[in-house]
Amino acid sequence: MFYGTELKNRLLLGTAQYPSPDILRAAIAASGTEVITVSLRREGADGAGFRDILKDSGCRILPNTAGCHSAREAVTTAQMAREVFGTNWIKLEVIGHADTLQPDPFALVEAARILCADGFEVFPYTTEDLILGEKLIEAGCRVLMPWGAPIGSGQGLRNIEGLRTMRAHFRDVPLVIDAGIGAPSQAAQAMEMGFDAVLLNTAVAKAVDPVAMAEAFSRAVDAGKQAYDAGLMPRRDMAEASTPVFGMAELLA
Amino acid sequence: MISILGSGVAGLCVATALMDAGVEVEVICPDTAPAPASRLAGGMLAPFCEGESAPDIIVTRGQAAIAWWAAHVDVTRHGTLVVAPPRDAQELDRFARATRAHRWVTPNALEPDLEDRFARGLYFENEAHLDPNAALTALKHRLLAQGVVFRDGAPQGRIVDCRGMSAAETLPDLRGVRGEMLEVYTPEVTLSRPVRLLHPRFPCYIVPRGEGRFMIGATMVESSRSGPITARAAMELLSAAYSLHPAFAEAEIIMTGADLRPSFPDNIPALRRKDTGFHINGMYRHGFLMAPVLGMELAGLLTQESADAH
Repeated sequence: MFYGTELKNRLLLGTAQYPSPDILRAAIAASGTEVITVSLRREGADGAGFRDILKDSGCRILPNTAGCHSAREAVTTAQMAREVFGTNWIKLEVIGHADTLQPDPFALVEAARILCADGFEVFPYTTEDLILGEKLIEAGCRVLMPWGAPIGSGQGLRNIEGLRTMRAHFRDVPLVIDAGIGAPSQAAQAMEMGFDAVLLNTAVAKAVDPVAMAEAFSRAVDAGKQAYDAGLMPRRDMAEASTPVFGMAELLA
Repeated sequence: MISILGSGVAGLCVATALMDAGVEVEVICPDTAPAPASRLAGGMLAPFCEGESAPDIIVTRGQAAIAWWAAHVDVTRHGTLVVAPPRDAQELDRFARATRAHRWVTPNALEPDLEDRFARGLYFENEAHLDPNAALTALKHRLLAQGVVFRDGAPQGRIVDCRGMSAAETLPDLRGVRGEMLEVYTPEVTLSRPVRLLHPRFPCYIVPRGEGRFMIGATMVESSRSGPITARAAMELLSAAYSLHPAFAEAEIIMTGADLRPSFPDNIPALRRKDTGFHINGMYRHGFLMAPVLGMELAGLLTQESADAH
């Protein structure tokens, strides 16, 4: 449950960098996604032409504060997003470093505190740091979105053990892997580890065929979730024959 | 008589293509009309490079634009060079996969000024470029010399609306995509063809305009704000230029510009029927490539119509 909303499809899709709004629309349809994220910092209030196309997609819109480098900038952008899209949902991104686009944990907590107190339902883009996660929960966040790898890097889950620990630590908090996913197999891996959803943009938008890639990711996320729900077999050090050794029928000569 | 509304790249190309086909035209361009967005274009005739993000129809149809322009104005046919900074080298592989009609080259073999900053590049030999303002002025002079009237007031003939964003009220699916650009002057850099610099966040291109002038473009922002270039855009474009050649750091900024690209939802320029007339609009970033193509398409339609009528 993401702030009381149940999502059947666990792929969340970003809307930047597509070759055209028509291809974006087709990718959204092919992925079956129910939630799309939209940036506002750079486009400002004047991007109505593009936003109307997004509203027509029928998806729930999760505005984001991409491109914000301070708590104040992020809070202002979130307030503008609430006005423009009429939603309390906000994907909170406060960038700490221009090269790695890694979140600024201090400004993130500060902005989360202000926005939660102001009635926003905050989806913070964070690292796998446990204490930071706890501070965000304490600030009022009821979803956490740890990175897989730096935004747009396509490296997949860079710190698998750290993410596993985070999953175990925040057992009841919906966790979304946000950023760094480059291939469907990486998205499936995140879902197999028990994460609740995957959010990505570049891997689909910059694929040579974004529509086909959107579908590939959607199927991978589904497969990963189904596998997790079905209960994966444990890893074993030794082989174990899947066919019983005793009582085997002997083939007729 | 055909009345063409607008005198940007779409209006002038359509007027020229119709005159070439023997169709009489007038051009309606009130003094109060906003300056055409095409004045800020890169002027690259690069159908193959555009294939990186544009659908195949642009690549296929756009190729005809190079010969068309060369028959009417000065065009430099030196191709396009595409490079990437060393740490983003894999962007080149993606670009190569998404496009055709290119070959791998050592960039400094084509552009010695790039020295050894780039180990490899993609060369699109069959592409070309022109100076947009010079080209638009040349088309206008050519039309004037042919007796075409440019005027204000009520159109006398069948309407072909080429007004770009000014036609938005009659085209509900037309939106503006903001573009920002700069022009710099430096005698220290010599480039003989457009160079595209691939970068995951700030892609840019540099088009030589001759005599030390270079156009650096262009951002793509989903916004209908047409105000001046932002600090961020200027910073991104200039730092990209700087990474192409350090001497750009000392270049003089001689001009900046920002305007809206009229765009349809598929980002494909289109010829549409409207009542008894037509719209040619949605040039997006393909004005110099697709305006001649759509102009010729319209000329074909009109010639066919009049043949059918006789």
